[in-house]
Amino acid sequence: MSQLSTQIPEGYVKVFSRPRSLSDAKYTYCPGCHHGIIGRLIAEAIDELGIQERAVGVAPVGCAVFLFRFYNVDFVQAAHGRACAVATGLKRASPNLIVFTYQGDGDLAAIGTAETVHAANRGENFTVIFVNNQIYGMTGGEMAPTTLPGQRTVTCPEGRDVKLTGHPLKVSEMLAQLDGPVYITRQAVYDARHIQMAKKAILKAFRNQAEGKGFSLVEIVADCPTNFQMSPVEANRWVVEKALQYFPLGDLKVKED
Amino acid sequence: MELGVIFAGFGGQGILLAGKVLARAGMDQGLEVTWLPSYGPEMRGGTANCTVVLADQPIGSPIVDAPRALVAMNLPSLDRFEPRVAAEGLIVYNGSLIPRDPKREDVQGIPVPVNDIARELGNARVINMVALGALVRASGVVPLEAVVAAMAREMRERGRDRLIEINRQALERGFNEAEKLLGDR
Amino acid sequence: MSRVLMRGNEAIAEAAIRAGLKCYFSYPITPQGELVEYMARELPKRGGVFLQAESEVAAINMVYGAAAAGVRTMTSSSSPGNSLKQEGISYLAGARLPAVIVNVMRGGPGLGNIAPAQGDYFQATKGGGHGDYRLIVLAPSTVPEAAQLVMLAFDLSDRYRVPAMILTDGMLGQMMEPVELPPPVDEATIPEKPWALTGAKGRPPNVVRSFELEPRKLKEMNLVLQETYREIEENEVRWEEVETEDAEILLVAHGTVGRIVKTVVRQARKEGIKAGLLRPISLWPFPYGPLRRLAERVPTVLTVELSAGQMWEDVRLAVEGRAKTPFFGELGGVVPTPREILSEVKKHVPA
Ligand SMILES: Cc1ncc(C[n+]2csc(CCOP(=O)(O)OP(=O)(O)O)c2C)c(N)n1
Repeated sequence: MSQLSTQIPEGYVKVFSRPRSLSDAKYTYCPGCHHGIIGRLIAEAIDELGIQERAVGVAPVGCAVFLFRFYNVDFVQAAHGRACAVATGLKRASPNLIVFTYQGDGDLAAIGTAETVHAANRGENFTVIFVNNQIYGMTGGEMAPTTLPGQRTVTCPEGRDVKLTGHPLKVSEMLAQLDGPVYITRQAVYDARHIQMAKKAILKAFRNQAEGKGFSLVEIVADCPTNFQMSPVEANRWVVEKALQYFPLGDLKVKED
Repeated sequence: MELGVIFAGFGGQGILLAGKVLARAGMDQGLEVTWLPSYGPEMRGGTANCTVVLADQPIGSPIVDAPRALVAMNLPSLDRFEPRVAAEGLIVYNGSLIPRDPKREDVQGIPVPVNDIARELGNARVINMVALGALVRASGVVPLEAVVAAMAREMRERGRDRLIEINRQALERGFNEAEKLLGDR
Repeated sequence: MSRVLMRGNEAIAEAAIRAGLKCYFSYPITPQGELVEYMARELPKRGGVFLQAESEVAAINMVYGAAAAGVRTMTSSSSPGNSLKQEGISYLAGARLPAVIVNVMRGGPGLGNIAPAQGDYFQATKGGGHGDYRLIVLAPSTVPEAAQLVMLAFDLSDRYRVPAMILTDGMLGQMMEPVELPPPVDEATIPEKPWALTGAKGRPPNVVRSFELEPRKLKEMNLVLQETYREIEENEVRWEEVETEDAEILLVAHGTVGRIVKTVVRQARKEGIKAGLLRPISLWPFPYGPLRRLAERVPTVLTVELSAGQMWEDVRLAVEGRAKTPFFGELGGVVPTPREILSEVKKHVPA
């Protein structure tokens, strides 16, 4: 609960506030982590589209495991990696809901690869927010399928050796090859301009669903200051200078009808 | 009353369907019935069999140690199941393909040249109904009309209405064939 | 009253649809293929959703999603696929989601074969997945009973918010028997699900989860779960007794073996052996009480099972030394015939 007064003093105009669909629960993320920004963008999008009373989120296992606390919308907690299957069940049972999953790279691209690929390939009409921070955040900084070559993690302490552990998995590029999805895009939130672009992408992904178009996935290349063992500023710079080399931003698939 | 029948033959000889038609006819007559197939990869190409039980009381085991009747469509089936038939039981066997008679003396053998009859009728696939017709006569467990009706409904449900007539003839031919043999004795 | 000749697999499917099934997800496997095919054919026509999942892992999680949406939902598989579902089943149990899971058992372990077996008894009744949970486990012995128990499974699962399992085997799945199908349930009688995810309109948000980081709170959730399980043990024990009044040897068998043993009892009695049968219908909750009462006066309790002695452990827990508890089991998909079981019975009665 926020201890701050929410009263607006006489003569002041409110220009920035908590989105209605974001609850007042405190985030459980580390300082400088991009999860927090992304979480807020989703809430803003829900508000702007007026879908708060129809939205149902599917929480992953990962640093966003408490996602259900942060929103004033219905939520279901999925097992690690299974969010796309859970969302399939939800959406098929209740097509009027606006269903979204929110998943890390371990969740979506390692243990849940099959569920993700097949939901995308079926063109399931829901929205996936995919946070690619190149590491397993919650469990303590292990190698993820998206970890960069040479990047050190606690399970590749000498740096990722692609000969032993393969290359960073380019999920969005893979999914863009399929006929099922209507919208696959890669965004980032390391500065204000990109935050606005990411928000537009999230809005589009939700709108696609509301219009019954089908599967949309917004990948967001994010940081993890704690497990990168960097300051927030350094971690932000890592995204720009390192991560985006492997994961270039932009739309990978936009199916217009 | 409880009658256990084993139908056995090559996959593709219509064994499972013959058993099902008998079960259906039994059900229509108000009997309790079970139909238990041997199932699995051996169903196609290899041998197939099913066990049908008809009874006037609830059926416990759908598996039968000693069937009162055996319908054997080929030699391996006769070899395999003949020893299990109950004493005083009956064996309807395919005289067109099986070169020997049952070895047992305590059972009644009814050879029916089902392939020849089916060929005469102009459709090799009705061999199962020829054999079933003979069994119906020999066992007397359900009236032939009930079996014809059950067969017709089965065909209709499978969208094979045009095959009803030839299958009816096959049942009758099998029935008459058994009649001839049993009448002889 | 019209009877239809149906396979067990088909009767289970039809009964589920009549129970108000809205969403069915599964991955094909023998010997329950006809169940999937029936659903693919019938459910969409009757207003439901059929989806073939990419794996059993996905299927059970689709069930989890649909159950969270508040609809009646089901999945089915056979042993190897059911193993893959254990994770999802544990989540269903933890999140208090009602759902019906069908396991048409086959020979194991591993890939095993496709013949009838009862080797998943432990998995079904003792947990299977992680954590302290139970499933309501119902074991039909005939095709009509399978249809009845499927409808019951949906009701119990909704009433207690505990997932329910139909545990049967390839023999029942494949065999045909006349069924008098129960009429479709009046959907108005299905309990309200105020906890379901329908959109937070005019109410605070609903959250469906098993996750609780705070140990004391998770303990609370567990205690509520355990209380529900005690209630189920109190109210939902189901079993059948055949010729137990004067039995000097009691056979205990479930599912299809239970029905084979009925024939054995009949044959034994013809030969002057006073045999009886107790057939557990609910494997969990197991009929410990009824079995214990019988063991007070029957000197021998013979368990017959298509396993190396899984239910046997529950039988011995119930009997607690009151009677001798021999065991006769078959393995690997081999099904004993009535005669084989009868000769086993004879070993345990004074000549
Ligand atoms: C079946 C299973 N295996 C492993 C875990 C442990 N686990 C929890 S979160 C996680 C990885 C999370 O990484 P990611 O999805 O990238 O999300 P992040 O924490 O980085 O946001 C793992 C391996 C689990 N919960 N369940």
